[in-house]
Amino acid sequence: MNQPLRVGNSPGAERPDQSDLHMREASLDKLKAFLTLLPSMILVGVFVYGFIGNTIWTSMTDWGGTGSMSLEPQKNFVGLENYIDLFTGFLGGGFRQDLVNAVYYSVMLLAGAVGLGMFIAILLDQKPKGEDLLRTIFLYPMSLSFIVSGTIWRWLLAPQGGVNVLPKYFGFEPLTFKWLSSQSAILVFNWQDSLRILVYVAAFVLIMVGLFKLKKDAGRAVKRWLIPGIVLGALVWVFGGILPDALFMEEEHGFNLATLGIIMATIWQYSGYTMALYLAGFNGISQDLRDAAMLDGASQVGYYRYVAIPMLKPITISAVIILSHISLKMFDLIFAMTGPDNAATGHPALNMYLTTFRGNEFARGAAIAIVLFLIAAMFIVPYLVGQYRQQGRH
Amino acid sequence: MKKALAKMLVVFAAALLIGAPQAAQASDLKGELEIFSWWAGDEGPALDALIDIYKKENPGVKVINATVTGGSGVNAQAVLKTRMLGGEPPDSFQVHAGQELIGTWVKADRMEDLAPLFKEQGWMDVFPEGLIKLIGTDNGIWSVPVTIHRSNVMWYIPANLKKWGVEAPKTWDDFLTIAPKLKSEGVVPLALAQNWTANHLWESVALAAMGADNWDALWSGKLPFDSPEMVKAWELFGKVLQYTNADATSLSWQQATDMVVDGRAAFNIMGDWAAGYMSTTKKLAPGEGYGWVASPGTEGTFMFLADSFGLPKGAPHRANAVAWLKVLGSKEGSDTFNPLKGSISARKDSDLSKYNAYSQSAAKDWKSNRVVGSLAHGVAANDTFKNGFASIMEMFLKTKNPQAASMACAQLAKKAGI
Repeated sequence: MNQPLRVGNSPGAERPDQSDLHMREASLDKLKAFLTLLPSMILVGVFVYGFIGNTIWTSMTDWGGTGSMSLEPQKNFVGLENYIDLFTGFLGGGFRQDLVNAVYYSVMLLAGAVGLGMFIAILLDQKPKGEDLLRTIFLYPMSLSFIVSGTIWRWLLAPQGGVNVLPKYFGFEPLTFKWLSSQSAILVFNWQDSLRILVYVAAFVLIMVGLFKLKKDAGRAVKRWLIPGIVLGALVWVFGGILPDALFMEEEHGFNLATLGIIMATIWQYSGYTMALYLAGFNGISQDLRDAAMLDGASQVGYYRYVAIPMLKPITISAVIILSHISLKMFDLIFAMTGPDNAATGHPALNMYLTTFRGNEFARGAAIAIVLFLIAAMFIVPYLVGQYRQQGRH
Repeated sequence: MKKALAKMLVVFAAALLIGAPQAAQASDLKGELEIFSWWAGDEGPALDALIDIYKKENPGVKVINATVTGGSGVNAQAVLKTRMLGGEPPDSFQVHAGQELIGTWVKADRMEDLAPLFKEQGWMDVFPEGLIKLIGTDNGIWSVPVTIHRSNVMWYIPANLKKWGVEAPKTWDDFLTIAPKLKSEGVVPLALAQNWTANHLWESVALAAMGADNWDALWSGKLPFDSPEMVKAWELFGKVLQYTNADATSLSWQQATDMVVDGRAAFNIMGDWAAGYMSTTKKLAPGEGYGWVASPGTEGTFMFLADSFGLPKGAPHRANAVAWLKVLGSKEGSDTFNPLKGSISARKDSDLSKYNAYSQSAAKDWKSNRVVGSLAHGVAANDTFKNGFASIMEMFLKTKNPQAASMACAQLAKKAGI
């Protein structure tokens, strides 16, 4: 890589020899590097990308049902039928609710764990007495496995126990909320409207980005973001009827209150982790900077709001990436807390396991897995692209 | 000398004759035997007793007891499926008799036909004909039944019923008349637990609503799933659900039984493993401490499920596995295992004195009643249907729409090939 530069710098007489030597050295280095990387490239190629490819292929076959367990199972190519069935089929209702649940799980976990973790980190950043001990205590839930914390929380959230009887000790009436078995839902929508809702969401995002950028470059923000967003929103509002219904019948999905218990448990487990991330970040900010901010008259709130937290943007981004993919892999916690068949708290990952290994519908299970994979990619690919761009700039 | 020699020969021959049966009992099988099951927790000791018998008869075999915990085998079956797909079958594995075995393994041509073993051991006569039909197909018999459980049983505490002034209902109409009264007194009329117990309740209700003939017709594909009978079954189920506890989904079946034992609920419909739980864990005497009747409207019908063991093709230690199956099917094995597990023996000649009062009554019904297969426990329908049914049940619990549920069942049946 640096070859031309070095060649240019070296004295004339030595040029042919040294360049040759460098070339040889460089190609030897490259060969060594290649040989060292080869085993992991092959392994990753087979066990990650090969299997992703295999799963995609499986999801486009009809592998399932009778005879699916034979040594040479029959697999016929059916295209996207499994996906179409999942999103629009009569029997896909469970999957659709799971998908809605997954969205809420992700959003709530991100907001809860990042918010709470940041809050605790700011508190600990004030260097209270016993900070070390507190830090360990807050980080400790991370070391438990989901099965263990799930079982504990199931007991805590039992209808007549744990959290619900807590107020009794302070002389209040015990709570009667059914943390894990409530049948009520809020924010209910009809799946038929899902296309319209998606466009609304897109319009909303455009407008929000526009408002956010308004301060920096008003003209561009209005032209690029605000106007398209408003036009899009208005179009759906007026002509939304043209968009086809996503389903042939009405089907209601919403935010099931029974998931609150599970969200609580996840936030409890992961806020310690985000706390550790932020705390490390806060400690990395030099004291000089802080003193400078204080000298300029920044309050404590101002320091965090305008100096510390913006500086930790990379940490926020990695916390969001990690937490969002954890929320997409939520399986054991739900399994331990509400059991395998519980539509109210279901999750696509759980559905995938049951469809595949209990229902013997391998193709359908593979399709669910690929849907999950694509959602995870939606979070991770933009991040990776951003990383590459940053590296390119250096 | 010659006489002495002859005498010695006679003695020698006699010794051989006496010794021969013993030699036959202690076989010279060698190697390993891997048994795959989900009998861990409460059923562990029962399985150990069986393994002890096997070890006595086959001292040369090292038994590997591969259990995967998890109620009704949810986890075990997933592990088993990955092993089988990977071409690494255990020597013998536990499976619910019926479609769970046939739909998944026999149709995939992964099991060995046990009909020769059944004939050799004389099992064709000791197991009820109806049962052999359910564990076999036209091409053979596929597993050895070890336990029989009854699914359609309603449990109660006699003393509590007396206190509330009600009697165990004979029909669902009876139940629906006494239920409001119980509810107004603050008692849950029918205790329910998480999803699979709803499936379990459903099969008892549906059996009562449509009758045993229609039930059988449903699973043989002669009665469509969106027929009026089926809609009626879902309607009745919806009515019964009004009288169940609201926190059902966060309870295990034991906790639902506890509600009955503690007097918070009046009745509970559960398989007869509840008898084992109440006798062993709750120390209640069958008949006096707790009572039972066939679930409403199903008197004279025995909805059964059975645990059985099969022989997969390509079992690494086939001879050892066959010896294991012989122990399972034998009278000794069966009567050792079942009293400990709280189930009854599938054999018609089992020694009833070894069983408790509940099991004796169940064994009597087993011999005299009409036998039908359970859906929730893998006898009536294959895995694909059973798995899909769980989500239809969840849909129904939310929407309470009988027509939609029947239609979904019909679609599912088409997909599952019923």
